[in-house]
Amino acid sequence: MQKTLKNLSSAPLSAKFGMVVIFIYLVVAIFAPLIAPYGEREILGKAYELMSSEHLLGTDNLGRDMLSRLIYGARNTIGLALIITALAFLIGSLTGMTAAALGGWIDQLLSRIVDIFMSIPALIFALLILSILGTAMPYLIGTIVIVDSTRVFRVVRASAMNVAVMDYVEVARLRGEKLPWILRKEILPNITAPLLAEFGLRFCFVFLFISALSFLGLGIQPPTADWGSMVRDNATLISYNDITPLIPAGAIALLTVAVNFVVDWMLHKSSGLKDVS
Amino acid sequence: MAQRIALGLLTLFVISLLIAFGVELLPGDLAQEILGQGATPEGLRVLRLQLGLDTPPHIRYLDWLGGMVTGDMGLSLANKRPIAELIGPRLSNTLFLGGFAAMIAIPIALTLGILAALYRNSLYDRGVNIFTLTSISFPEFFIAYILILFFAIKLGWFPGISNISSELSFLDKLYRTLLPAASLTLVVVAHMMRMTRASIINLLSSPYIEMAHLKGIKPLRIITRHALPNALAPIINVIAINLAYLVVGVVIVEVVFVYPGLGQLLVDSVSKRDVPVVQACSMIFASVYIFLNLSADVISIVTNPRLLYPR
Repeated sequence: MQKTLKNLSSAPLSAKFGMVVIFIYLVVAIFAPLIAPYGEREILGKAYELMSSEHLLGTDNLGRDMLSRLIYGARNTIGLALIITALAFLIGSLTGMTAAALGGWIDQLLSRIVDIFMSIPALIFALLILSILGTAMPYLIGTIVIVDSTRVFRVVRASAMNVAVMDYVEVARLRGEKLPWILRKEILPNITAPLLAEFGLRFCFVFLFISALSFLGLGIQPPTADWGSMVRDNATLISYNDITPLIPAGAIALLTVAVNFVVDWMLHKSSGLKDVS
Repeated sequence: MAQRIALGLLTLFVISLLIAFGVELLPGDLAQEILGQGATPEGLRVLRLQLGLDTPPHIRYLDWLGGMVTGDMGLSLANKRPIAELIGPRLSNTLFLGGFAAMIAIPIALTLGILAALYRNSLYDRGVNIFTLTSISFPEFFIAYILILFFAIKLGWFPGISNISSELSFLDKLYRTLLPAASLTLVVVAHMMRMTRASIINLLSSPYIEMAHLKGIKPLRIITRHALPNALAPIINVIAINLAYLVVGVVIVEVVFVYPGLGQLLVDSVSKRDVPVVQACSMIFASVYIFLNLSADVISIVTNPRLLYPR
């Protein structure tokens, strides 16, 4: 515990800033119903009301309270991004470690499949799938998980490769340990540092990706509050010199900046993975 | 190298298969999915005929692929116009926007990146690091709306909506495309700069540069005579990769600025579920993307004798 605290206090200013921001976002997301002044879907007044003491950030295109939707949006957007990143990590790291540990044709097959997926631009792939299947939530989640797990696979396989050739893994194999044991006890503990940093990067990617899809009207569907679609819904206001649509967009930007600052620091600390863009 | 090109073509082939047969993922068929609950047998039959669902899949695929190559891409479901006619002008608009953005972005990114590598760990480098990390994290539409707010609404210098048509003069087109191009530039400069910095630093730490230092050669000469010739390959590589990135980033920027390009057509068609148009657009985007990535690889092989003649 003391060591962690010491570690944290030695972080550069940008990383500390990042951690504080992430903490605030998490609190807002978890306690959304307690913090928000109004309900997520309540229609309370006329459309596009200006900022007032009653509605601190005004109302949106349907007369819902902007601030409340912003707060609920934290919960929906961040929650969905976390679920997708976690699923992608589960699939990507399991297959990645398996490919590294087994090698041979399984490794070749999985790697070639991933190569193909990675050579299609992620957004185009997602748009194609969503236009065929429609934008229902399970399809949205499934599509992004598939896209993202291929990226995770690559990183995990590369890091696990270095570990899989170590003598102690060989020893474990000779001892007759089964594959799950080797993955869990020999490989995983030795690649957690790069994995953690990668989790942060993947989260940013997924978070921006969902927001972009929602902004295009193809992601999280109304009436669920979500930052990307809030930008889209209120975009016309910008031509009246009103910054309302910039607020949810800024909320997205601030969180990704914060996560990136923390990840940058973690990468520098665990080195080995410096200057990966 | 021949192997790399063959691999690229193979990838393109597999992707065309994915795009063409992605439709088969549906539980029913495409016609049923589009018409939904209110489908009459008559309507279904007509739409199936229109989509060519009465022919076997492999023939449909070959027809489609042949159409993509010869420019006969079939009809749009939404407005029954030939897809090639829809895509043609929009494709050239998108290429115009992308090219314009690249012309601004490449010189800026290279200069900033090389400077950051030369003065690494200085205050300038750290400032640039924070700046690029920040702008990488910004969603494209955030940057675009900030630019609109300041340059189109508050200052009124540029139009906030870039409706361009072929009648406009070249200068007029440039003027109206400047804001979208600037948004794309901001998005891509950060990436390009970080990669340039990384590849130059990588190079500067190699033994022969150290040797030049030890011989007492002046820093400027080390860079121009020793470092740059070898840095060209990685830099060209960085540019090609980022152009590929730019081509995809164009989709969102086009939607923000209501720019009549391919990206907007793609997004519109996805929400209308106009699958043939989506397939054609995806194929074009994917091919450009793969082609740029492929040329990045080929260039780095051709310019590096050690890769060109592997042991």
